Amino acid sequence: MKTKIMKNILMTTGVSLLTMGAINGYAQTNLSLWYHGAGNPVEAKIIDQIVADFNSNQSDWNVILESFPQESYNDSVIAAALAGNLPDILDVDGPVMPNWAWAGYLQPLNIDQTAIADFLPGTKGYWNGKLYSLGLWDAAVAMITRKSTLTEANIRIPTLEQPWTLTEFNAALLTLKQTGKFDYPLDLGLAWKGEWFPYAFSPFLQSFGGDIVDRSTYQSAEGVLNGDAAIAFGEWWQMLFEEGFSPGNSQDAADRETGLVDGKYAIQWNGNWTALNMLKAFGDDVLFLPAPDLGNGPKIGAASWQLGVSATTPHSQGAADFIKFATQDSYMAAFSDAIGLIPPTETSAAVSQHYQEGEPMATFYELSAQQAVLRPVTPGYVVAAKVFEKALADIADGADVADTLDNAADEINNDIRRNLGYGH
Amino acid sequence: MANITQDNHRLRLIVRYTVLSLIALIFIFPLIFMLVSSFKPDYQLLADTASLRAFLPVGDISLTNYEKAFERAPIFLFMFNSLLVTAVTVLLSLFFCSMAGFSFVFLNWRGKQLAFSIILATLIVPFETIAIPMLLMVSKLPWIGLEGLTWGWLNTYRVQIVPFIADGLTIFLFTQYFKDLPRELIEAARVEGSSWWQVYWRIVMPLSGPVIATAAILKFLVMYNQYLWPIMVTQQEQYRPVLVGLQYFFQLNTAWGEVMAYLTLITLPVLAFYLVLQRAFIASIASTGVKG
Amino acid sequence: MQKSLPTLTQHNQSGWLFALPGFGLMMLFIVVPFVFAILFSMTNQRLISPNPTQFVGLENYQQLLSVNLLVLDPDVTATGEIKRDNRGDIRYPRIRSYTRNNPDYAHLQGMKEWFSWQWQDKKIAILASDPVFMKAIVNTLLFVLIVAPLQGALALGLALLINQRLRGINLYRAIYFMPVVVSIVVVSILWRFIYDGQNGLLNNLFHTLSFGHFTAVDWLGNPNTALGSIMVMSIWQAVGFHMVIWLSGLQTISPTLYEAAKIEGASSWQTFRYVTWPGLKNTAILVLIVITMQAFALFAQVDVMTNGGPLDSTQTIVFQAVERGYGKQDISGGSAISVVLFIMVLGISLLQRYLTREKN
Repeated sequence: MKTKIMKNILMTTGVSLLTMGAINGYAQTNLSLWYHGAGNPVEAKIIDQIVADFNSNQSDWNVILESFPQESYNDSVIAAALAGNLPDILDVDGPVMPNWAWAGYLQPLNIDQTAIADFLPGTKGYWNGKLYSLGLWDAAVAMITRKSTLTEANIRIPTLEQPWTLTEFNAALLTLKQTGKFDYPLDLGLAWKGEWFPYAFSPFLQSFGGDIVDRSTYQSAEGVLNGDAAIAFGEWWQMLFEEGFSPGNSQDAADRETGLVDGKYAIQWNGNWTALNMLKAFGDDVLFLPAPDLGNGPKIGAASWQLGVSATTPHSQGAADFIKFATQDSYMAAFSDAIGLIPPTETSAAVSQHYQEGEPMATFYELSAQQAVLRPVTPGYVVAAKVFEKALADIADGADVADTLDNAADEINNDIRRNLGYGH
Repeated sequence: MANITQDNHRLRLIVRYTVLSLIALIFIFPLIFMLVSSFKPDYQLLADTASLRAFLPVGDISLTNYEKAFERAPIFLFMFNSLLVTAVTVLLSLFFCSMAGFSFVFLNWRGKQLAFSIILATLIVPFETIAIPMLLMVSKLPWIGLEGLTWGWLNTYRVQIVPFIADGLTIFLFTQYFKDLPRELIEAARVEGSSWWQVYWRIVMPLSGPVIATAAILKFLVMYNQYLWPIMVTQQEQYRPVLVGLQYFFQLNTAWGEVMAYLTLITLPVLAFYLVLQRAFIASIASTGVKG
Repeated sequence: MQKSLPTLTQHNQSGWLFALPGFGLMMLFIVVPFVFAILFSMTNQRLISPNPTQFVGLENYQQLLSVNLLVLDPDVTATGEIKRDNRGDIRYPRIRSYTRNNPDYAHLQGMKEWFSWQWQDKKIAILASDPVFMKAIVNTLLFVLIVAPLQGALALGLALLINQRLRGINLYRAIYFMPVVVSIVVVSILWRFIYDGQNGLLNNLFHTLSFGHFTAVDWLGNPNTALGSIMVMSIWQAVGFHMVIWLSGLQTISPTLYEAAKIEGASSWQTFRYVTWPGLKNTAILVLIVITMQAFALFAQVDVMTNGGPLDSTQTIVFQAVERGYGKQDISGGSAISVVLFIMVLGISLLQRYLTREKN
């Protein structure tokens, strides 16, 4: 332990020396890169490697990495932007990108678009017809369960071609509930606040036929967030908690992590980043199931963290070069192997450990390719997402469905009006 | 007869200590839970919350959480930053606020009433509500340092220190204490030809140990627990304080044992600081608190 | 301040020199940003936006504070019979049909139901343009009104208990004070384990003490218990601090007074009522003011534990200011909330001052 502590001190002083530019052997221009992975050693190792490789591979640029804890990453970037202190390269959560692009934090990404033609759609950040950001992975959500759980309860195992229908899904939950073996048949993960809500649950709304805003104009939520389809979704959503099918808002984070493995839950709605753990826990018995078709086709959320170039950098070419460099198959496969993320291209999937054909997680690649829907591509998403989260939390707690959705639509519309239409 | 009173006395003592100890238990049990949990692996920590074992160091006890916590985040760096920022702020705050308090109590100058009213009014402005205008401001402030004149205070220690040096509560505490000091001492010194500075530094401050301890502890607590502001103004890890560091531990799958280890580590310096100053603190409140 | 002059001479230069460092810093870092916040509150300023900032007057305040009343007649059938739903409750037209694009009720445009009740067969609804903020005000006031006296009284009780000559009393003092020195963020994280609805420490404790008769309560997940739970935790965390202030007040009361009371044969209650309490008057004022200030600023607990939920039962004013200013990027709205809070607290402290002055 003592040596580790020493290493700790040495490392931190080393880093600070580097950032002060005291160690600067080459005549390279410094490029600062902000990344959301502080406190995540696995991720840090890969990104460090990419930065080191890039710096030694060419002689023009020297990328310096600064990591932030994810929880406050967006706050840090916004504060820095307000203070005129943005880095050259920064990573951005896919759905937030239009907000930052609109606000003038990001500039279009100068990468040849034919070179990224085969990237999964969720990894490419377009706003107003221009590419602004590019992801080294995508993420997908699936229902995770055990084969034995379903077969013992005599429930059909759904497939990509034939997912559960709404009736089938509800019936499956009821059957599992009646077995009495589980605290809850389904774990939606309401313990995770924030972006998880719109990311994981707005696809349910879309599968019912509603949406957060009307995507034809992006000027209103009226009729899509509070129309008949949305109200049907809201009532179904409320039923899940009233019937005790899923733990509600006060689920504790620890149960979210261990509940499925401990057998408290039968099915868990969770991201592919947990797939590795589940694979370890259940082995061959694990199942990654596609989202149910709630009427309007099965849907899941798309887009994860992506890299972009700040509007203020004088070195946009160097920044774009770095991003291009990072999108090598080996790096994208490395993220995938270490954290279970989805490689963004078929070639990178082919060299990855878990997404090769025939591997259990290959499902996620197909899910992402076939069912993924981007969250509304608008600068107003940031506010709409918060409104949506609160509406869903309130409905889960028993609030009147129609009133809650009406109020949410009003609030989103008000915000769009006050922002003069968000530049659409 | 004598025996009965003695037994009675003993009984009352036992009752007293029992009551005191039960209450002590209420105040300390979450902290014991924190400390004990920091030695347990996650699965056991969570399972133990179902029973009294949550408070007992039983089962699979080890320092693993601490080792892992040090791997996850540069903890000593965060603690160093917090302690440095806190110590400097506390010292400067004691100095400037006591001077202001001295001026409000012993000196007579135009605008004093208005200035003091403004200071009292600032007590009701929660920091959260002025953080953004303040951010815009500090990002443009000048500074003269080793590199000459520079603009913008972000990513420094001073941006975490200077805005918090003076605050209404500290000044208020000093004025309340100074009002109770014997005025004859000061008048005598003035008659003998001492300057106001000499009165402040040689007479008033040496008599102010208790209030200094109070103000120091209160300021220490506020500064050590800074959170929102550092997130906004420190983009570089090298300047981050402990509560920002706490976020390194909340990943998608939170390692609760490591969280408990980290919480224990960052709580220790404050506890130590408090225990050292405790005596002076209680004595000092005894002399400041009486004047409302 | 009024009677502070040793002589009647003026010391303008020294006075300013001594006060300036502290006072100047406070002007620069509190007063100036607050003036900016007041200015922002009268514009449409956004945290992030390429749009130009515009002056909007008091629109933000109107949006926050407008309240109105609507009386609804029941739905009736063609024959004039009152419609009822399958539970037998009277059915009313939706409030929304009045508050949206209804030219006859233009003054209600965009308002929402805050709360309502039935009076005879009519439904009386109180509408607010921002019911969440209204709930935040109510919760904050409730928090202040309950926590301030309760925490003050408990702190006094503890101070009395600990103000005795006993071996090891200093240890108890230190322990009672300990929660104060732990960050409120840390405390909130720890108490989430205590309040957990499924296998929380508190539920398990009650379960054991009642020999299994206690059914688990989801303390933070139930709108009826969430705010109360936060109150209990807040009192637990801060009561030690106020205990110490009371303690100091107790120690200034002259022992001769107690001896006199003893000779007179006063009971403990009489001693407290006629000796202790009068001696604590000034301390009481200090304690009350400090608790009130802290209670109005309630934020971190809510942010860590409940996010304002369930069903807005723990929304507070400062939480809303932060949620709006940062979360929803609406600096102007967030600033308006800050100003409203400032005026509220200023009003209350002036009132407190006025009342205490009269008694003197």
